[in-house]
Formats: sequence, structure tokens, C-alpha cells
Amino acid sequence: MSTTAPRRRVRRGSSLGLVAWLAGIVFFLPIAWMALTSLHSEADAATNPPSFTASLTLDGYREFFGSGGGASPWPALINSTVASLVSTLCVLLLALPAAYALSIRPVRKWTDVLFFFLSTKMLPAVAGLLPVYLFAKNAGLLDNVWLLVILYTSMNLPIAVWMMQSFLAEVPVAVIEAARVDGARLPVILARVVAPIALPGIAATALICFIFSWNELLFARVLTGVVAETAPVFLTGFITSQGLFLAKVCAASLVVSLPVLAAGFAAQDKLVQGLSLGAVK
Amino acid sequence: MTATTAPLTTAPVRAVKQPSARLRAWATRAPLLPALVFMIVVTQLPFVATLVISFFDWNALYPKARHFTGVDNYRQVLTDAALRHSVWTTVLLTVAVVLASLVLGLALALLLDRGFRGRGVVRTLLIAPFLVVPVAAALLWKHVLYNPEYGLINGLLHSVGGPQPDWLSNSPLLAVEASLVWQWTPFMMLILLAGLQSRDQQQIEAARVDGASDWQIFRHLTLPHLRRYLELGGLLGSIYIVQNFDAVFTITSGGLGTANLPYTVYQSFYQAHENGLASAAGVLVVIGSIIITTFALRVVSSLFREEVSRA
Repeated sequence: MSTTAPRRRVRRGSSLGLVAWLAGIVFFLPIAWMALTSLHSEADAATNPPSFTASLTLDGYREFFGSGGGASPWPALINSTVASLVSTLCVLLLALPAAYALSIRPVRKWTDVLFFFLSTKMLPAVAGLLPVYLFAKNAGLLDNVWLLVILYTSMNLPIAVWMMQSFLAEVPVAVIEAARVDGARLPVILARVVAPIALPGIAATALICFIFSWNELLFARVLTGVVAETAPVFLTGFITSQGLFLAKVCAASLVVSLPVLAAGFAAQDKLVQGLSLGAVK
Repeated sequence: MTATTAPLTTAPVRAVKQPSARLRAWATRAPLLPALVFMIVVTQLPFVATLVISFFDWNALYPKARHFTGVDNYRQVLTDAALRHSVWTTVLLTVAVVLASLVLGLALALLLDRGFRGRGVVRTLLIAPFLVVPVAAALLWKHVLYNPEYGLINGLLHSVGGPQPDWLSNSPLLAVEASLVWQWTPFMMLILLAGLQSRDQQQIEAARVDGASDWQIFRHLTLPHLRRYLELGGLLGSIYIVQNFDAVFTITSGGLGTANLPYTVYQSFYQAHENGLASAAGVLVVIGSIIITTFALRVVSSLFREEVSRA
């Protein structure tokens, strides 16, 4: 009993490890296949059975970036970058003070305020779509990237307030009090005491807000046209088949997903806390 | 140094505090106000407007014919077969995707909870599907995997002599669901893995020493502990998937009976210009979400209170 049981557990542990590896590979396979197909010529991309060993080329990427005479994706990529970065910045500017007032020096009934923010996130965007569209039309803001900035800020603000509240709450009150007693003023306390502890969390919050803004389709699709279209809207141009275009679709999907993959892996450690609105640590 | 500065700084603070308690309360509240006002203006006002518009017969192509119709739009939405079907589709899509990705996510989380070589790499591989832009993921499934002639699924089936079905025409809703399960399983896995890792290890060791089998430990210790995390994952997943637009729009364009409520709302005002009807459908989506939200808030707040009391 003393030797066989642990050994059996170890052996089963390693075979379960194999199962885990297999599951990981199965889940990753579509992405790996997308990457491989993006490097094939269109003729090799559309064979059945699939050709795993066809020669590699960058033609799919050249096609996507407009050498084939199609519309260039650069304006859309730039619009997405502006909308995502500026809205993330606005979210941080609004959420940081709010989170401070909900954690370090909490207002009365601070949990109620926190849950108000959360409840706005749970109302579906599609219900507010029409009035926003009518407002934008009357205000001349249709097809304007700054309208998306405002909408994305409101979309991400509740998540950011929740996340930052949970990160700022990790700063020990005693340390802040000690600094105050030592005569440190508020800016100094924020810069020297709060920031070092909360900075990784703030960075993760920013990355997650960036991801959600970058991914957004519904508002961008309805509220933008040729001028302010974002990268996901550009991708909707590939919904209907256009003959042999698999390599191009794969190249496009990969290029547009790259910033999100990078941001997601950078935020990996705090991803759960952010996605669960700080409810899970 | 502290000994000399401390009395100097505490004295003026106390002097300020007494005359203006109300001012101080506002000073505490001030950092909160910009965010709060912004949220009310940008998210609450449109909902009020939606509610108002939903009581009007208003086709954008005939703006002069706009008039108040009471609950007529709601009657029309609830009796319209296509719209009723979209309500049913939304429920089916949400329940199927959430349940399947919860079960798969739990299995993967249990696998990852054990130590094995390359665990970090496997975790990264598993998270990746969640980090593909939703439209891109939908395009990938539609063209690269499902295509009956040169898609990867039929390609692999072909090489083992299997059948070559047209996935999107044969089972369109299932096809949309499969792509969403692929994207949402990592999300569930992450939440459940965090739950598994917050278990009381001493308790589990004690149970093991007492001779409990792995199944007994899972059934009587792990599962009860995970209940909250399962609820949280399920509810957050529901909130996102009820609102799903990208996958339905991209993979089937709402055709073949896959139009869910968000897609129908989009279509009825973007293509049919029926503002009143679209708003009524939108209000119905909100009511559905409020029902889910009520449960969701309860789960989040109980987890939240636990965290606060633990801290």
C-alpha cells in the first residue's frame, strides 16, 4: 500500500498530462492551420485533402495589404488603433479616480455604486443602438471615429472600475496612513505608495479594455462607413466567398487578431480577475 | 524627521475638518462623479429613448407617418413568427454554448490543475482561441474549417475516407454554436481553474489520508467549492452570448433559422428601417437580460462579499 498507490498516481498523472497536451493541440489546431494556410498560395490553400507540405509564400499577406487592387486595410487598422487606444486612455482617466473613491477612501454606500456600474454592463448594447444611431445622425457624427471612442469608453468603463477597485483594494490602508502621518501629500502617496502596488493591475485593465474595443463589431458596423470603418468591419468584407481567397482570409484574420493575441498574452496572469470583473482572484 | 513633521501636519488637517464636513463628503465623492455622470449619460439615456420609441409606429422611410401606437409594437413582435423564432434561437444558442463550454472548460481545468511537463505551454495553447478577434474566428470557421469542398474538417475526413457533408447547410445553428464553444471554453476554463486553485489543500489531503477516493473528493469537496465559480462562469458567459452578434452575422448572416434577437434588432432597423419594432425587440432583449442580470449580480456580490470579508 505504501509504495504502489503513489506510483500508480504518478503514472496516471503523466497519462493525464498527455490528454491535456492533446486537448491543447486540438484547441490550437484551427489557429495553427490558419497561420499555415496564410502562408500558402491560393491554389495550395484550396486542396482536398489539405496539403501540409506545400511551399510557403507571403502572397496572401501581399494580397491583403492591397497589392491585388483591393481596398487597403491600413485606414481600417489605423481607425481601430485610434478608437482602441484613445478609448482605453479615457477609461483609465475616468476609472482611476472612481476606483480610488471606491476603495482607498470609499464613499458611503460604495458597494451600491460599484453594482450600478456592473448593471450597466449587463444591459445589451443592441438595445441602445437605435437612439445612438439617431443621435449620431442628427449630430452629424455618423462615420466618425470619435463617436466610437465615446461608445467604447462607456462599454469598458464598468469593467475597468471593477478591476481597478479590486486592484487598489490590495494596497494596505495602514501603509497609506503611515505615509500620511509622515507628512506625505496625496500626489506623493499616489506615486510612491499606491502606484507601485497597483501598476500591474492597471496595466492588465488597460490591455483588457484595449482587447474589447478592438474586437467590437456591432456599433462599428452600424455607425461607420467608408471613412471610420474599423478592422472588424473591414473583415466583414470577407463574409461572402470571392473565389480562391483562403490564404488572403487567413492572412487578414491573423493580422487583425495579432494585437489582441499580444495584449492577451501580456495580461495573461490578470486575465481571469479582469474577465470575472474582479470576482475571482 | 517624522517626530517633527507629524504634529505640524495633523494640526491643520483637524482645523479644516471641523467647519466643513459636507465639503469633505463632496471632496470624497468628487473623484467618482465624472465616471458616474458619463455612464448615466451614455448608457442610461439611450435606454430611456429606446423605451419611448418602442411605443411609436415609426418607419424611418416614412418619418411623417410616425405616431403613438401604445403596445402595438410589442404585440407585433410577440406574435410575429420570425421574431418569436429568433427569441427561441437566442435561448437555444445561449444555453447550448454556455453548457457545452462549461463542461469542456471544467474538464480542461481539472486536467490543468495537475502538474505535468509543459503545463504553461498547454495553458497558453488553450487560451489562444479566446484571443482571436470574434469576426476573424467566425471567418476562420466559415471558410477555412466548414467549407464543404476544401475546408479542413472535410479535408481530414476525406483523408480517412469519411463523408463530405455541407456543415453550414445541414446544421447551421450547430455550426455557429461549435465556433462559439471553441471561443468560450477557454474563458470558462480560466475561471474554473482559479476556483480549483483556491481550494483548501489541507482539507483535501486530510480526506485523502482518511481514504477518500479521487471521485469522492471531487464529488463532495471540489464540486461544492466550484459551484459559485460554475455559476459565475455560466452567468457571465450568458450575458455575452445572449448579446452575440458577430458569429451569427458572419457565419450564416442570420439565415437558415440562425437569426438571434440581436441580429433581428440589427436587421429590422438597419435594413427594414422599422424603428418602432426594432426598439420593442430591443426592450425585450433588455428584459431578458435583466432576468439573467438579477441572478448574476447575486452571484457576483456573494463572491465579492466573501473576498471583502476575507481581506
